[in-house]
Amino acid sequence: MSYIKDSIAHLIGNKIPRPSKQQQSAEVQAIYAGKKGKLSKADVEAVRHAHKSTFLSKWQKRRWATLIMVNLLFVASFYFDVQLVEGALTGARVMGFHFADLNAALQVVLAYKHIVLNLVIGIVTVFLMWLLLGGRTFCSWVCPYHLLSEWAEYLHLWLVKKRLIKNHTFNRKVRIVFYLVFALLALVTGYTVFETISPTGILSRALIYGPGLALVWVGLLLLFEIFYSRRAWCRYVCPIGVTYGAVGLLSPVRVKYNAEACHHEGDCRKVCLVPHVLELTIRSGARDVNQDVSSDCTRCGMCVDVCPTDSLTYEVKGLSKMLK
Amino acid sequence: MSDKQRPVKRKKRPMTPKRKEQSRREFLRSSVLAAGMIGVSMLGYVPVLQGTSLRLRPPGALKTPDDEQQFYASCIKCGQCVQVCPVEAIKLADLLDGFGIGVPYIDAREQACDFSCDGLQCVLACPTGALTHDLDYPADTRMGFARLARPKACLAMQGKGFKGQARGADYRGLLRYEEIDRWNPIPVSEHPYDLEICDLCVRQCPIEIRITQCEAAESEKTDQPVARVAQQMGNACPPEHAITLEPLDQGDGVVRMKPVVQEGCVGCGVCEMICPVESAAIVVDLDKNADTVKES
Repeated sequence: MSYIKDSIAHLIGNKIPRPSKQQQSAEVQAIYAGKKGKLSKADVEAVRHAHKSTFLSKWQKRRWATLIMVNLLFVASFYFDVQLVEGALTGARVMGFHFADLNAALQVVLAYKHIVLNLVIGIVTVFLMWLLLGGRTFCSWVCPYHLLSEWAEYLHLWLVKKRLIKNHTFNRKVRIVFYLVFALLALVTGYTVFETISPTGILSRALIYGPGLALVWVGLLLLFEIFYSRRAWCRYVCPIGVTYGAVGLLSPVRVKYNAEACHHEGDCRKVCLVPHVLELTIRSGARDVNQDVSSDCTRCGMCVDVCPTDSLTYEVKGLSKMLK
Repeated sequence: MSDKQRPVKRKKRPMTPKRKEQSRREFLRSSVLAAGMIGVSMLGYVPVLQGTSLRLRPPGALKTPDDEQQFYASCIKCGQCVQVCPVEAIKLADLLDGFGIGVPYIDAREQACDFSCDGLQCVLACPTGALTHDLDYPADTRMGFARLARPKACLAMQGKGFKGQARGADYRGLLRYEEIDRWNPIPVSEHPYDLEICDLCVRQCPIEIRITQCEAAESEKTDQPVARVAQQMGNACPPEHAITLEPLDQGDGVVRMKPVVQEGCVGCGVCEMICPVESAAIVVDLDKNADTVKES
């Protein structure tokens, strides 16, 4: 229940206050108390260095491979005319079965104010798929813009390190404002307004049907992220993320945090696309020894890779219990 | 000591002028971001309002001749129609079409829809009904309406014939020629013509070809239950004429013919595509279709 509450708070851009002592379990309090004075800087540094973090770490490798594979499947399917995955990320037919991107479908339904059976099938299929796979998993494992943005992020971080630029943050509430405004605009204007600027749709179509002028817009977004604000589109604008985040509310695939061995040094928050979901890793930030990271998490696994103490792991709720 | 410091800190933190200033700036930045992004997305309205995004759309597109709003709204911009078209007539619009981005269109002069898929594959592929499933047969289509735009350039009107490749050797457009290959369209450049008087727009018109087929089928069969079933299903056989050649006498002894667009024209654009004159003597108008022509 608290997972859903936390997730909703994060999705609408609210900050979750640090738990008070009353909200924390006795076990986690004991763990925090036990760490007092025990974690010397030198110890923490030693463990950090022992934990080799490479440029392409385990989950990142798997994720990039998956993302590229999925997108290439669309391209190859059309190029070689094998009709395996027809269409684009906004709407597709996988071996004849309808798939519809939930946000694109939402825009269409709001603008058109009518829905045909095929679209219902596509929506239900994709909803169930991401329900099983974690919701915002779409963002980091499938969305082509995410990959470009990830590369742009390396450039951005390098420039920040060189002190050539400064990162500018936005109020996270602006994303839910975008979500509501784009929904309202579709409803009122009768046009799928968001699709006009959606880099996900633009990139997917460009890959499959050939590049166009719309890529200039995607380029501008990337420049904005490189020189002005880190991962701005995914963090503060994209309604697709909110839609899949909402699916993730009910998904069993999550990242689990265990406070026991955590050094609270914050390496996970530095690599995270949505660092607010990892605020529970701050000392005395967790309510319980084991707590799930909220559904605004894209399940990208960067924190799982970077964590020197293995305090963050993937979990499938229920499944791990069954396997034990 | 730490116990004493903490409450002081907590009270002070939100109050520091620096933090206040920071959050004020962040709020301003966020407002500018919101206004900017929404502003940019609403720029998509400009081509729609100006009418520059109006285009020839695939069969069954949910539109009226001058209003494509429903079509843009219902299209999920996935391009499945593009993928199934055997002559690759369908393309997706780019950024300059604004709200019409990713919506399918046809550039008839480059490659028209010749209905060589027979079953309106694009309509069947459409997952949202933007290409409406109410449409069953090519003759039901209402894409536009052909018009002899430059009668003086028309070869038939000049009494001229045509010999060679209709659009030159480099033209990459495809058409299905049933007598050559029933199932696969071939490049127009591989099918040269030798005509005493040019009748390409009539000869290649998919509706006229259908009429010829229907007539052939009828003369072969004495009893025609199949045709009657087809008629009941709305697949009229033969359909109404779309374009005919009519003799034109200018009193100079030259045999001249005039292509006349008829009420069965669906606006598929094959006549515009095949017209050997540069630029095409016959074009498809978007502001009309067979229904509006019949009404007026």
